[in-house]
Amino acid sequence: MDLPADKKKISIVCFSGDFDKIVAAFTIATGAAATNREVTMFFTFWGLNALKKNKGRAATGNSIMAKAFNFLMGGLDNLPLSRLNFFGISPKLMGGMMKKHNVASLPELVEAAHALGIRIVACEMAMHILEVGKSDMIEEVQDVAGVATFLNESENAHIIFI
Amino acid sequence: MKHFLDITRETCPMTFVKVKLKLAQINKGEQLEVLLNEGEPLQNVPRSCEEQGYKVLSNEPTDEAGKHMLVIEK
Repeated sequence: MDLPADKKKISIVCFSGDFDKIVAAFTIATGAAATNREVTMFFTFWGLNALKKNKGRAATGNSIMAKAFNFLMGGLDNLPLSRLNFFGISPKLMGGMMKKHNVASLPELVEAAHALGIRIVACEMAMHILEVGKSDMIEEVQDVAGVATFLNESENAHIIFI
Repeated sequence: MKHFLDITRETCPMTFVKVKLKLAQINKGEQLEVLLNEGEPLQNVPRSCEEQGYKVLSNEPTDEAGKHMLVIEK
């Protein structure tokens, strides 16, 4: 897209893997990108669940602990609501309510983020801990990086931690 | 060539997102008509288009209450 060089920048750290918080992160990210800002989303810890290629539950990893964690956390389809989760029923109900009010669903927001050229980066350290490789992530993940890269890229940017 | 986009059924942030993506698809010099609701979209879509260097040629209320038609030139 043909855009001026002096663009405003926003970096969003997606730490939480909660459904509502990830929706908030992607809403800010897509809104910012659509209003001419350069956006980077840096996913770490629980946030990585939103980037897994397998959107359901899968025993990813080598060790028993990593497999257990990855299976229990699941992927994009299993993100819990931060409050009133009720064993995973609430995110489904919330999805239905969002649809009823013409609010974009989480997969639609992820697709929009990609279409808008938002840079999606996954945290190397958290991937090591959870034994999740780049091949386990969706293709939209452009880079696997650490905090130094994130800070370098976020110079002169607003940083939002979710 | 004139293009058309109706964002009256969209909510934030897809109102901006759809306009941005549509503008990216069309050629320079072409026009895009956007049907939008009063309130947040009307306040911010024209402003954000101008910030991105696009020209808002007109912004008129339609016969249907609460809706406006924008004409943007890329």
